[in-house]
Amino acid sequence: MPPVTRAWLNEFYANESRRVLATLIRLLGDFDLAEEALHEAFTAALTQWPTDGVPENPRAWLVSTGRFKAIDQIRRKARFNVSYEDIAEQLESELTTEEIEEQEIEDDRLRLIFTCCHPAIAPEAQLALTLREVCGLTTEEIASAFLTSTPTLAQRIVRAKAKIRDAGIPYEVPGPEQLPERLQSVLHAIYLIFNEGYSASSGDRLLRHDLATEAIRLARLLCQLLPEPEAEGLLALLLLQDSRRAARISTEGDLILLEQQDRALWDQQQIREGIGLVLRALGSRRFGSYSLQAAIAAVHAEAPSMEATDWPQIVGLYDALLERNPSPVVELNRAVAVAMRDDAEQGLYLIDALLARGALSDYHLAHAARADLCRRLGRVDEARVAYQRALELTQQGPEQRYLTHRLAELDTY
Amino acid sequence: MKYLALVYYDEKVMERMSQQEWDSLNRECMECVANLSANGHFITGSPLLPTSTATTVRVRDNRVTTTDGPFAETKEQLAGFYMLEARDLNEAIALAGKIPPARYGSVEVRPARELQEEGNQAGGNAG
Repeated sequence: MPPVTRAWLNEFYANESRRVLATLIRLLGDFDLAEEALHEAFTAALTQWPTDGVPENPRAWLVSTGRFKAIDQIRRKARFNVSYEDIAEQLESELTTEEIEEQEIEDDRLRLIFTCCHPAIAPEAQLALTLREVCGLTTEEIASAFLTSTPTLAQRIVRAKAKIRDAGIPYEVPGPEQLPERLQSVLHAIYLIFNEGYSASSGDRLLRHDLATEAIRLARLLCQLLPEPEAEGLLALLLLQDSRRAARISTEGDLILLEQQDRALWDQQQIREGIGLVLRALGSRRFGSYSLQAAIAAVHAEAPSMEATDWPQIVGLYDALLERNPSPVVELNRAVAVAMRDDAEQGLYLIDALLARGALSDYHLAHAARADLCRRLGRVDEARVAYQRALELTQQGPEQRYLTHRLAELDTY
Repeated sequence: MKYLALVYYDEKVMERMSQQEWDSLNRECMECVANLSANGHFITGSPLLPTSTATTVRVRDNRVTTTDGPFAETKEQLAGFYMLEARDLNEAIALAGKIPPARYGSVEVRPARELQEEGNQAGGNAG
């Protein structure tokens, strides 16, 4: 064991505190009480470990110390309110009979993720609560990432915790009957956290970058704890998207589209891991839309260039995706892939049919895609109108700059 | 824990059902209650007559006023309720999912609050 310095303890805290918290929440049945107990346990470690040495099983030591502290706390309250007496007694009686097992501690992290992402909690609160409780981000950090005020976000978290307690949301991984829907909420929350970090539209760039990393960490944790094909598909999707991070944004902070990206900047290690996971997920035959999206990202990742991409395979994957999750945005992406597989005219035909249905008439990327295809076909006037429409519809700075640039380019035709 | 499951549906849609469809739905509901009772989950409950029979009562300045119809116009109307006994919200949701009209409208699941002499909080027990 290394000498117990303040720095060592800080690192230990960063690695272990969320695990210990998850178990304390299960044992104490209360998020706030568990947080308090966590801090008390680490405070005790800070004073005892440097002189007594680190206990054999530090995690279990922290859990049981935290629980003792919480019981003390409840006993103190019980002097003013008798109803606490029962709680304290119940907790104490459980204390002697139960050993804290390593496996239990790992399972508790999974329970915590499912509790924070319970579908009975508002989606925006699911994200905030997961980042706060599972990842240990501060309320200020989360508020700045989601461009919300700290009091609003704090309020959201307080309400979510109160609902978990008052409505009786159980601290458990749901059984086979409820697992698919509940897992979907968890995956969706992780996906949204990643998106928040991936779309560098505004706000503190650095933290948003952290959010993408945090989402990958969460997805990885989920795969370790619950190796379901869709969880692996999601992790693959995030890794493959994130592998392009360095190539996506220019030094001026402008967006670089897939066809102009320097593929040498793509992270090959992430791509290898992502592709391995996709193959496994697809092989299971119990995959869903995240695995299919990951498969599309994998085909792009393997291609040496835009032209040398296996477009027939991408169109086929979009067909499979549409079968599972019909959506106009997926149709749009498929149309762009068809334009690459066949020709621009085919793609334009599909996009125009989509726009005629009115499904995407206010979606800037539909007009931008139409504009690109018109430009490729030399239909400059139509392209200009479509770029202008897209420009009217987008709020994102980098995208506005990109579209303005494209419009200017048209004048040279 | 006690949970109240409030059943809502669009009365207009249900009125368009044939007598046969309506009878079969009602038989299903009776079966549902029988099952819930057999498993110890059913405390009480009742279907309600349509909102056209509702009267809303208010007391203001010690005077009782009554008005025709439900308190609020909504897309779906309250059609009945079940008071359930369940271990936790997941069990309550699983039980509510078996209430037949959930296929047509929606079922709101709310934990029941214990009325105390004092120390009640309007926002629940949240500290």
